[in-house]
Amino acid sequence: MAAGVAAWLPFARAAAIGWMPVANLPMPVAPTEKNKCQDELIILNVSGRRFQTWRNTLDRYPDTLLGSSEKEFFFNEETREYFFDRDPDVFRSILNFYRTGKLHYPRYECISAYDEELAFFGIIPEIISDCCYEEYKDRKRENAERLMDDNEDGKDSKLPNMTFRETMWRAFENPHTSTMALVFYYVTGFFIAISVITNVVETVPCGSMPNQRDIPCGERYTVAFFCMDTACVMIFTVEYLMRLFAAPSRYRFMRSVMSIIDVVAILPYYIGLVMTNNEDVSGAFVTLRVFRVFRIFKFSRHSQGLRILGYTLKSCASELGFLLFSLTMAIIIFATVMFYAEKGSASSKFTSIPASFWYTIVTMTTLGYGDMVPKTIAGKIFGSICSLSGVLVIALPVPVIVSNFSRIYHQNQRADKRRAQKMQKARLTRMRISKTGSSNAFLHSKRNGMPNQALELPSSTGDERHLNKTTSIIESQHHHLLHCLEKTTNHEFVDEQLFEQSYLESGLQSFPSRSPSLSSREGVTGTCCSRRAKKSSQPTNAAHTHPHTHPHTHNLQELSAIHIQCGEQQTLNTSRSSLNMMPDEAGLNCKSSSQVTTAIISIPTPPNNNSPNSPEAPSNPPCNSSVGVVKVSAL
Amino acid sequence: MSHCRKRCKRQLIKVARYFYRFLTGTLTQDSIEDDFELSTVCHRPEGLEKLQEQTKFTKKELQVLYRGFKNECPSGVVNEDTFKIIYSQFFPQGDSSTYAHFLFEAFDTNKNGSVSFEDFVIGLSIILRGTINDRLNWAFNLYDLNKDGCITKEEMLDIMKSIYDMMGKYTYPCMQEDAPREHVENFFQKMDRNNDGVVTIDEFIESCQKDENIMQSMQLFDNVI
Repeated sequence: MAAGVAAWLPFARAAAIGWMPVANLPMPVAPTEKNKCQDELIILNVSGRRFQTWRNTLDRYPDTLLGSSEKEFFFNEETREYFFDRDPDVFRSILNFYRTGKLHYPRYECISAYDEELAFFGIIPEIISDCCYEEYKDRKRENAERLMDDNEDGKDSKLPNMTFRETMWRAFENPHTSTMALVFYYVTGFFIAISVITNVVETVPCGSMPNQRDIPCGERYTVAFFCMDTACVMIFTVEYLMRLFAAPSRYRFMRSVMSIIDVVAILPYYIGLVMTNNEDVSGAFVTLRVFRVFRIFKFSRHSQGLRILGYTLKSCASELGFLLFSLTMAIIIFATVMFYAEKGSASSKFTSIPASFWYTIVTMTTLGYGDMVPKTIAGKIFGSICSLSGVLVIALPVPVIVSNFSRIYHQNQRADKRRAQKMQKARLTRMRISKTGSSNAFLHSKRNGMPNQALELPSSTGDERHLNKTTSIIESQHHHLLHCLEKTTNHEFVDEQLFEQSYLESGLQSFPSRSPSLSSREGVTGTCCSRRAKKSSQPTNAAHTHPHTHPHTHNLQELSAIHIQCGEQQTLNTSRSSLNMMPDEAGLNCKSSSQVTTAIISIPTPPNNNSPNSPEAPSNPPCNSSVGVVKVSAL
Repeated sequence: MSHCRKRCKRQLIKVARYFYRFLTGTLTQDSIEDDFELSTVCHRPEGLEKLQEQTKFTKKELQVLYRGFKNECPSGVVNEDTFKIIYSQFFPQGDSSTYAHFLFEAFDTNKNGSVSFEDFVIGLSIILRGTINDRLNWAFNLYDLNKDGCITKEEMLDIMKSIYDMMGKYTYPCMQEDAPREHVENFFQKMDRNNDGVVTIDEFIESCQKDENIMQSMQLFDNVI
């Protein structure tokens, strides 16, 4: 329940008058307010600055410091106020959270100071409202990266028990770790340079035979170049094999970009070795040599800037795509226009539209070679429009790419996007848990408190104190309201797992009476209340309109089922109220990843609408309910 | 003919103006006025003393109620959407919008689409501080959707469905489709004395007074606030 509307709880309870005349069962007893104190002002003195607010305002969030009894530790008897020795500026936003229900992050605050204050007052940062959340996360990430940078400098010391393989891998990845690594690094760099230079020099004409044209050096000194090539490829092959051996995950290494570049760089040589006999494919062999230029990409291991450039291009893929697409569109348009404009002219070079593509590209990128020029007036006009628009179309996406590059360069090229996505998922999960905490709080208090209520005894003082400690007045009233609704409709609220489990149980019980063919015919949609609604924001939850009739077996005995929930589904009642619970409760709410609860499901007395129901013998057979839910049921 | 010419001239002027703005760069002007809706419908309630006379709440109770009211609705009136949103916060598991709609109709006594603080507090006063008969009257008024003095089966069915909708999907036992209808049949069997298919106010009050459970539950509201 959003605590901001706690003030409307009396209204909600009053509105329950609509259920009373239609209910068949008696309503549960209302919780009485022990100390029906009027709302009072309390003074919060934070390092000298006094804040005043109603006690009810603070009670809205009972699982924070100010909302729980923890603030009594800070009560100052002489001055009758609560004194906190903390930062008053940050306290402003915290107190506003109680007042408005929204937590804002002031931009001028230091992120770690803010985090500390939040932690002190027991507020989780995930509830920062959307207007400030992005800023908060950005600052937090920057801070974390800065801390990581500081830590990494001191991390180069060799860890004690690393295997030879791990040492090698570390040596490859960080060349500064040892002298051997550094030597290896420079040697490979040298050979890459040599290889690239030989490729280039191969094609330079050097010297001529007396009667013929210049021949390139490659053909003149074939043997020398071949030896050099072989040596380089040897080194590269050895390096690749060593990396492959040392890689922690060979499969992932083989898929990485750098290793693909390595492979592509050395493959032409081996293919060339194999294919020298076959004269037919020597033409193809020549083109394969082009791939030798890929060796220059191997430099990116040696240069941080190249890696950043590559990462930038990858991250700006959408802008580049847009640039390409818009250019293509413009090229086609202008080429068509120019072709038809120049059609009339006599010796026009614009022989076809694809031929005009060349003109358009050269003009739009403001190159202007001059090999194709329009001669008609219309052609010239459209040509000038073409060049003007070319400037625009190209100039627009470029600043985006540039700014991206500078941002990444400054952030030193971490994979923030991947981490941001992970954090987003984690944040949503946490928020979902805390939101469903409210609805699950009712179910939990039912399980905990139901014996008390069923007995309707004025509980012993110990129990009462226990109840008062665990739930505030507002919560108990809210739970009473939901309890009334249950009594009115003669159905109980359960959480998703119990619901599925009970369905599974009743499904299994009635299964022998059904023929398997029926169940398979009905298909997947035979589930009662089939659509799995997400436990997301409830106000937008559409009403379940047509639940299928469920083959009720009202003759189920009391089941006791032990089911194992995984930690995430468990309501994170790590609230203060749960910390105050009695020891056996605390034992159940262990914060380990798996939790075992004992759920006792008792069937209410069959309502008198049972009799007309059974003759109808529900036509929808039970179906196989959800997958992926592990239940261990013991009768 | 002159009609056409006038229209042409108007269009030409518009195009010329557009080109002028295009050239001088003032094409998209900040249309500040368009974005301001007239949401400044602010309503102040009558004085505290007057409300004290009209309702049976004490001054302090009225103060507390008003503070909560004003917090959620700074403009002083609740419209139906806000009403539904507020009410749905109390029932996270189901869909309470239909029932909230019926409630809104019941609170909005002057049928102007919004509930002011006076309406709100007067309604609450009847429910929380009125006699049992007053409360039953109010409940009858809630059920009687078209305010014609009798509850038909269809009206009751709508109400019942809205109540069952609030339970949501995850209930035990699983919600059957005809549960509301069964419940309505039950209700009419109990309430409709002369079996004419509708429940009038007298039948309703009489039947409720005979029912122990209902009488007892009506007393629940005595100490809500």
